[in-house]
Amino acid sequence: MRFAILQFPASNCDQDCLHAARLSGATARFVWHKETSLGDVDAVIVPGGFSYGDYLRCGAIARFSPVMQAVKRFADNGGMVLGICNGFQILCEAGLLPGALIRNRDLTFHCEQVFLKTVNAATPFTADLPNNRPSMMPIAHGEGCYFADAETLIELQARGQILWQYCDALGSVNESANPNGSVLNIAGIANAQFNVAGLMPHPDRAAETVLGSEDGRRVFEGMIAGLKRNRQAA
Amino acid sequence: MVSRSTGDASVRMKAKLIITPTKAVLDPQGKTVQNALEHMGYTGVTGVHVGKYIEIDLAPGTDRVAAAKALDEAARRFLSNPVIEEYRLEIVD
Repeated sequence: MRFAILQFPASNCDQDCLHAARLSGATARFVWHKETSLGDVDAVIVPGGFSYGDYLRCGAIARFSPVMQAVKRFADNGGMVLGICNGFQILCEAGLLPGALIRNRDLTFHCEQVFLKTVNAATPFTADLPNNRPSMMPIAHGEGCYFADAETLIELQARGQILWQYCDALGSVNESANPNGSVLNIAGIANAQFNVAGLMPHPDRAAETVLGSEDGRRVFEGMIAGLKRNRQAA
Repeated sequence: MVSRSTGDASVRMKAKLIITPTKAVLDPQGKTVQNALEHMGYTGVTGVHVGKYIEIDLAPGTDRVAAAKALDEAARRFLSNPVIEEYRLEIVD
């Protein structure tokens, strides 16, 4: 499977994503933000970083870059897109995912390992994650507090679009396990069609044992398995 | 973006855009500033909302109505995020 890893000015997890995608069995290449076409790809990763210096709002400028117009067309046609950290912020700003990411509740940048409960395992992004324990991945953000209005939250819950919630080591979703103040402890969501997902934690930084966790690689592997299933069904 | 008219070229117009978090959004910055004000002895403060101020210089002779319309659209689409923010736009000479 062919992964496109987007690169914006001040992306800083693009190399990690490329490495994680290849480690998971995909072929992967970078696509520069000025490109107007993604080329022949099966999935797109919008990586973490501080695109365009986080000016105005995180992801607000990247959203209007030429490559994001191509990503929007790709997603509208059912293409698989994953946004990680700043990539999640960009997808929200672009309207490909509902809600927004705002300043962490305690106003501090959090760089730490977190535990995640898989809320909906019936998506390619989550299907390969462990089902008998929480996943572990790092976060590194100052603006990762997920917000959506009450009406949107009801829809997200009803449709199973909440994919991950912050939890403790035992899998309990509670206030003390919430690192940034996200509503409902939301760490990641999908769109209503489940072909676009975003999360603040970094699966790309938890893709091999030496990094302390291999759980993140399973997100990439799940995507690849999902793409293979789609291809067989076609 | 902003259409020109044949108005007085000596008039320098500016657009002033004030963006604040909507009341439904958690505003930890505002809350922290409010607490600090209270600690400093400034009483009677019932709320602080920290937002952004954007000043946009407009070319001389810009048509005010057209500028207001275009910038209102820009504020909605780009300069603010309606999910979390509200804005007030003002065109001044």
